[in-house]
Amino acid sequence: MTDQNPAASRPAASPVASPADVAKVAEFEARIERGESIEPKDWMPDRYRKQLVRMMSQHAHSEIVGMLPEGNWITRAPSLRRKMVLLAKVQDEAGHGLYIYCGTETLGVGREELVDQLLTGKAKYSSIFNYPTLTWADIGVIGWFVDGAAIVNQTMLAKASFGPYARAMVRICKEENFHKKQGYESVATLASGTPEQRAMVQDAVNRWWWPSLMMFGPSDKDSPNSAELIRWRVKRDTNDTLRQRFVDLTVPQARAVNLTLPDPDLRYNDETEHWEFGDIDWKEFQEVISGNGPCNRERLAARRKAHDDGAWVREAAEAYAAKRQAADAA
Amino acid sequence: MTDESALSTAAPGGGSIETQWDLWEVFTQEGAGAPHEHAGSVHATTAEHAMQNARDVYARRGKVVSLWVVPTASIVASAPSEAGPLFDPGNDKAYRHPQFYKTPRGVRGL
Repeated sequence: MTDQNPAASRPAASPVASPADVAKVAEFEARIERGESIEPKDWMPDRYRKQLVRMMSQHAHSEIVGMLPEGNWITRAPSLRRKMVLLAKVQDEAGHGLYIYCGTETLGVGREELVDQLLTGKAKYSSIFNYPTLTWADIGVIGWFVDGAAIVNQTMLAKASFGPYARAMVRICKEENFHKKQGYESVATLASGTPEQRAMVQDAVNRWWWPSLMMFGPSDKDSPNSAELIRWRVKRDTNDTLRQRFVDLTVPQARAVNLTLPDPDLRYNDETEHWEFGDIDWKEFQEVISGNGPCNRERLAARRKAHDDGAWVREAAEAYAAKRQAADAA
Repeated sequence: MTDESALSTAAPGGGSIETQWDLWEVFTQEGAGAPHEHAGSVHATTAEHAMQNARDVYARRGKVVSLWVVPTASIVASAPSEAGPLFDPGNDKAYRHPQFYKTPRGVRGL
């Protein structure tokens, strides 16, 4: 969903570049500077390709794993309306995963390789999906916070220099508009409900707020590759800038429905016109992205089971195709 | 001259983890009279299967009225390195533009 782990693929000590390579890099960077879009067949530095494969595949995996915490509540939605909304939203996430996988494949990596990286735990996905959805209120808060944070990030990525990534983001942003609104509507409904409903939604806000801020990834000072990604216009803004944008958008929305955000240090700075917030627990973040979050194992186990359970469908499709081919040949 | 793999750079390398179905490029038409535009790709076993997957992924929402699916391997694309000579607009040939020609005063509708 967001670029949480820019340090994951540090450049290996690169061999001395030939003058031809230097010239190619210069031309590539001049194109970026002119605001041109880079397409899959264009020459690009190896490092640009690697960074994009890493970012895009993590993003695709996040869409797919992101279906799990919400899918958990489809059968228990409190009304038919909420159930239809949730089904549509989860279906969208599957579609979004497919858009981004297809974009990633244009960089020369196979779909089966990407799926394998997810299922074997080699690939990362957004830390946020390793938290459990304990109550119905979590579903509203995920739409509001998690999709809200994703939209902040994806709006930026819709201007990414790599054409297929940018185009996938434009498509996703168009479809995702309702995700945040349905979440906020659900939260507002609970916030104006019974004392129990209010307590339930406040509890969900308390649990999801900090993990949502972590979605934007490490602080700029601990994000060594941000400068490179920004120079190549894969990203337009740093993690901290995006995080601040999200906080500034969300605080007034919380106040409008009389919910408090669990941060005693939260205060408006009149000079900077930004909401200042307290320190993020980066130790928790590191724990979750390194596999020790509350639901990491459960999420991967669910993905693997879904993949294995679907094997007969893939086999049947192949058998049918073979039969048809044989019939056509006869 | 041309590159067989139109939209991607290289065939996926490495050992096959699971059979990967062929790649198909998807084009969607959003409204009658609009051009078909490239939307993305899908993996599928047959043309019928590709059409179904394309429908599910790219025409699931929005206002698509027509779909094309094309095996990616069938697309022949120009190479970026040849873009200069291939697409030179020939602006130095002034006679290709209407401003090149003189018209007698007072004549209309030309």
